[in-house]
Amino acid sequence: MSTEKRSTPLLKMDNLHIEGFADEKWNPIIKGVGLTLHRGEILGLIGESGAGKSTLGLAAMGFTRAGCRITEGSIFFDGVDLAQKPERFKQKYWGTRITYVAQSAAASFNPAHRLIDQTVAATVRVGLRTEADAKRDARELFSALSLPDPDRIGDRYPHQVSGGQLQRVMTTMAMSPRPDLIIFDEPTTALDVTTQVEVLMSMRKIVEEFDTAAIYITHDLAVVAQMADNIKVLRYGREIEEAETRAMLREPKEEYTRSLWSVRSLRKKAVKSDDIVLSVDGVDAAYGNRIKVLHDVSIKLPRGKTVAIVGESGSGKSTTAKAITGLLPPSKGQILFNGTALPAELKDRSKEQLRQIQMIYQMADTAMNPRQIVGEIIGRPLEFYHGLKGKAQEQRVIQLLEQIELDEGFYDRLPSELSGGQKQRVCIARSLAAEPEIIICDEVTSSLDQIVQEGILKLLMRLQRERNISYLFITHDIATVEAISDEIVVMYEGAVVEQGIKDDILSPPHPDYTQLLLSSVPEMDPDWLTNLLKGKEAAAAV
Amino acid sequence: MHPVVSTVLKRLALGLVTLVFVSIIIFCSIQLLPGDFGEAILGQAATEETVAAFRRELGLDKPAVYRYFDWIGSVMTGDFGTSFSGRSASGVNRARPVVDLVGPRLGNTLFLASIAALISVPLALFLGITAALWRNSVYDKLASATTLTTISFPEFFVAYVLILLIGTLWPIFPSLADVEAGMPFWERVYKTMLPSITLTLVIVAHLMRMTRAAIINLLASPYIEMARLKGEPAIRVILKHALPNAWAPIAAVIAFNLAYLIVGVVVVEVVFVYPGIGQLMVDAVSSRDIPVVQACALIFAATYILLNLTADIIGIVSNPRLLHPK
Repeated sequence: MSTEKRSTPLLKMDNLHIEGFADEKWNPIIKGVGLTLHRGEILGLIGESGAGKSTLGLAAMGFTRAGCRITEGSIFFDGVDLAQKPERFKQKYWGTRITYVAQSAAASFNPAHRLIDQTVAATVRVGLRTEADAKRDARELFSALSLPDPDRIGDRYPHQVSGGQLQRVMTTMAMSPRPDLIIFDEPTTALDVTTQVEVLMSMRKIVEEFDTAAIYITHDLAVVAQMADNIKVLRYGREIEEAETRAMLREPKEEYTRSLWSVRSLRKKAVKSDDIVLSVDGVDAAYGNRIKVLHDVSIKLPRGKTVAIVGESGSGKSTTAKAITGLLPPSKGQILFNGTALPAELKDRSKEQLRQIQMIYQMADTAMNPRQIVGEIIGRPLEFYHGLKGKAQEQRVIQLLEQIELDEGFYDRLPSELSGGQKQRVCIARSLAAEPEIIICDEVTSSLDQIVQEGILKLLMRLQRERNISYLFITHDIATVEAISDEIVVMYEGAVVEQGIKDDILSPPHPDYTQLLLSSVPEMDPDWLTNLLKGKEAAAAV
Repeated sequence: MHPVVSTVLKRLALGLVTLVFVSIIIFCSIQLLPGDFGEAILGQAATEETVAAFRRELGLDKPAVYRYFDWIGSVMTGDFGTSFSGRSASGVNRARPVVDLVGPRLGNTLFLASIAALISVPLALFLGITAALWRNSVYDKLASATTLTTISFPEFFVAYVLILLIGTLWPIFPSLADVEAGMPFWERVYKTMLPSITLTLVIVAHLMRMTRAAIINLLASPYIEMARLKGEPAIRVILKHALPNAWAPIAAVIAFNLAYLIVGVVVVEVVFVYPGIGQLMVDAVSSRDIPVVQACALIFAATYILLNLTADIIGIVSNPRLLHPK
């Protein structure tokens, strides 16, 4: 990382104001943010969702999404104020001098064209290279980013390549015209930790190699710490603070900045218990009759404790939850609840058995009927399981709302009138309404901001203390696991790698896969990625 | 076998099954037509014996199941039977095979449909794409309003207005589209111009609006934003990035409208005295000419199935996920 300052900045934004049109009026999104970036520098933009990170990142290209407009301020890129130029002019910069790496590579590649054609399109269009030369260069970059089969991977279509690979192809696409500036917009958020490390490494390598300036947008401070020279914290469209990466991590000036990594300081003391409420016993499961996705999975959940299931996507975490709830009957093995086997099929289970196991999902949005008010959503299980109706039901709903720290004013609200964290709280109240012994939480905090995550996790822990509920907590985020769990189950390719008390699993020695998983979790130390890279190179050299 | 080939074969087989079911429905519903051909021809005064003899001659006395298999069996060999009309109690038999009756009429209808499609499909695609490109502009609104106006009038009204304007006041095209066998190609095109323009005005609005919607629907996709962020000019964003992914819905709506051009144009045929298959079928229904009605209905059903099948196949072939599996 080069931190040397050069005289004229490559990008200088001053007092930028951007508005977005919603609810019949223009609302401010960015409220007077400035930014200076020199050649070869990397600036990290961090903040929770709605902070205006992406809007600001796109504005660095002079681009605003449909329904947004720049009302004030300037965007000087290499001496030209892009805020004053028409789209036709800015198109000469886009894709060639300033390039963009989007969050979801899978959605950002056109499904109808081959990867290599999309990779070199801008470079060839403006005549920076001939098509043959650009393709040869792209294949070299594919190889530098350690993509498999670099000579032929470009001939594939987007759906034929995995998400992590697509993200690296997109980095190649951004690098193909050798731009002055790359905007990385949450490029690794959608990836598993193990894949994220590889993508981060390749992005950093290539940015360093060509001394390209970059703006790196993310909500994950640990990730940005590996990439950026400077970090700027945004909230509600305003700048909170900007500082050199190490200085900010050492001593953030603002309270808000500190709160961004507060969830990482949350840590529950693990307690061992042999009072098993639920045990998954040698379960195999398959989708259809062919694709077997679970292999001899055994998990024990102690009463009143939290067992976290970790693993990357496709490791069988959610499938295990489906087997437990009866949505996907196991082909072998059984599920024991308080020592008695539960019927495999959902339809064979009694109402009482159904009541005991409840679920909370990642997408609180899609798990609620958008046309029902909160009172109806929480009231439904009260009527179904406990036969509560009318006034009694209403009172119970209000009690439940109090328990999830929402007042009774929320009773009449629709899901669309709630924030992300409030939606997830309502989902928690709905599962509490059944008064279950076990709640299965499937990535319940993954789509929430750090601060909101912390609130939800604290709420879950309090409810556990008060009601002795057992949680099966599915997640891919190790920080969350450290915060909430008593025991950890590591899964890989549909099988359990190990189960044990948190402190045992998290301290060495580890099985190979656990080692890989744990070592891939970015740490706050800005040298973490560098050291990891060195370690890998050393291992490869041996 | 490539999955696309097997999918196409599967669809073809399904189409065939559909056609068999449709043939049963056609046969059954014609059985339900009120009245009797024998009585219709011979009149109320005919004796019971004459009617019975007449029915026996036409095979109407046999059980329905027998007659269905008899009919469908002949159809498979290309024989659609003999028309009922032209026979008379007088004994002189001037009845013609259904194929000879329907064949030239079907040819005429297909000719008219082709001309109308050749005008309307490119026009609608052009209007739809440009409207999507300059969406919410004056041009977009004008195109929408104009095409909506033409679709809002009944087709016979559009037809008479056209006859008045470019048939009589400014006689550019003839208002009678009385084509005949053996007419030179260009004269035929000239004669069918007015009905073609009428049909174009009727279907272009639907085609254009669906094309526009299919493209605009995709413009919110992240890959379209990516294309713009790569500096692609607006027209290339539409043609190169949106259109290739919009073919499936566009093909479906084109197929739907082409089917209408073949099976739904009887009013326009009547107005322009165009000897098409629609008019033939209406005449056959009123004279209880069962073999002709059945043949026409079966042709219409096959047209629908075949066109929708084609649209499905275009949808499959334009989807890289199916064309290039993992």
